[in-house]
Amino acid sequence: MSAEIQVPAGAPAHAASARFETWLWIAQRASAVVLALCVLVHLVTIIYAVRHGLTGAAILGRTRGNTAALAFYALYVLAIAVHAPIGLRTLCQEWLGWRAASLNWLIGALALALFVFGLRAGWAVFLG
Amino acid sequence: MDMLKVSVWRGAASGEYRSYEVPRQESQSVLDVVTYIQRSIDPTLSYRFACRVGMCGACAMTVNGVARWTCRTHVAKVAKNNTLQIAPLANLPVIKDLVTDMREFFDKWARARGQFVSGAGTTRKDDFARVAADSPERVAANAGIECIGCGVCYASCDVVSWNPDYLGPAALNRAWTLVNDVRDGARAERLAAVAGDAGCHACHTHLDCSERCPKNIAPTASIAGLKRAVMLAALKGEL
Ligand code: SF4
Ligand code: SF4
Ligand code: FES
Repeated sequence: MSAEIQVPAGAPAHAASARFETWLWIAQRASAVVLALCVLVHLVTIIYAVRHGLTGAAILGRTRGNTAALAFYALYVLAIAVHAPIGLRTLCQEWLGWRAASLNWLIGALALALFVFGLRAGWAVFLG
Repeated sequence: MDMLKVSVWRGAASGEYRSYEVPRQESQSVLDVVTYIQRSIDPTLSYRFACRVGMCGACAMTVNGVARWTCRTHVAKVAKNNTLQIAPLANLPVIKDLVTDMREFFDKWARARGQFVSGAGTTRKDDFARVAADSPERVAANAGIECIGCGVCYASCDVVSWNPDYLGPAALNRAWTLVNDVRDGARAERLAAVAGDAGCHACHTHLDCSERCPKNIAPTASIAGLKRAVMLAALKGEL
């Protein structure tokens, strides 16, 4: 018996990108795990700063030249830049029916913008 | 005699609900009600059924807003103040009255590679494959194998209504039973067919399908299994 399977016509063209979609899915799940951790650390830090009445200057004093803080926020920003655009892409597909290639470009640009601006903020705090 | 007030969808995509009075009987099923209307009131009413005992999957309709198999749905369970509203299944084109066009539904099973494909090098002269009843694959396949193709899950899934290309819970559940068939020879092809935003990754885990399936199948769990299998295949570079 042959292994050929009869498949009715009409299979959607974008289903051809199974690998791409799967990697996006993996990236979003993986970044979600990182985000869960980062958000927790971020929140605890905020609460600590507020509880101890730290001023802006005092906070900058601690972050200036602090490579650990820079590395942490770089990771945080990366996770956001991966996670948010993929989610937005799904929203555009499902709610607006927007499935054209242009969507991928827009989402890619958004990811880049989030990464660059996020990193710039982290860098500014590092320089103090 | 107690009477049921039944409003039934008449027409196709456009149409209207028409009202009928049907004598209430003991142990009456919703299918009995529809059959009474056709046999005793209006012979032009179209609907579909075959087995009447919950095996064929032909009789599914929307009853008071919920997709159900009508042959095994008691009126007592669903009627509110002796009223029933009966409509065709959602998410499928209506041919006439309560009859929907199931072609797209079953074509999606084929698109999800829902056919068994024997492994390379096997012949009809081979001995029976022996699959241990308690092996994890067999147990996973068992959980989804009793599907009767009624379309209740498909009609209940929001993602199908948002994305008409979405393969849907039944087709994906079918694919999952085959992914767990150790005799199967089309695993890679099948995993590629069910990946992506028309496949398992589109599922929002809403659980409507699992809640509504009359056979107590949990397509949501099957789809989660597919997501895992597809992910592992991608990580191993086999997708
Ligand atoms: S769990 Fe998935 S397949 Fe089932 S109804 Fe929800 S979105 Fe649809
Ligand atoms: S999974 Fe359940 S609801 Fe869906 S088609 Fe099969 S039997 Fe019907
Ligand atoms: S008529 Fe066969 S399942 Fe209802």
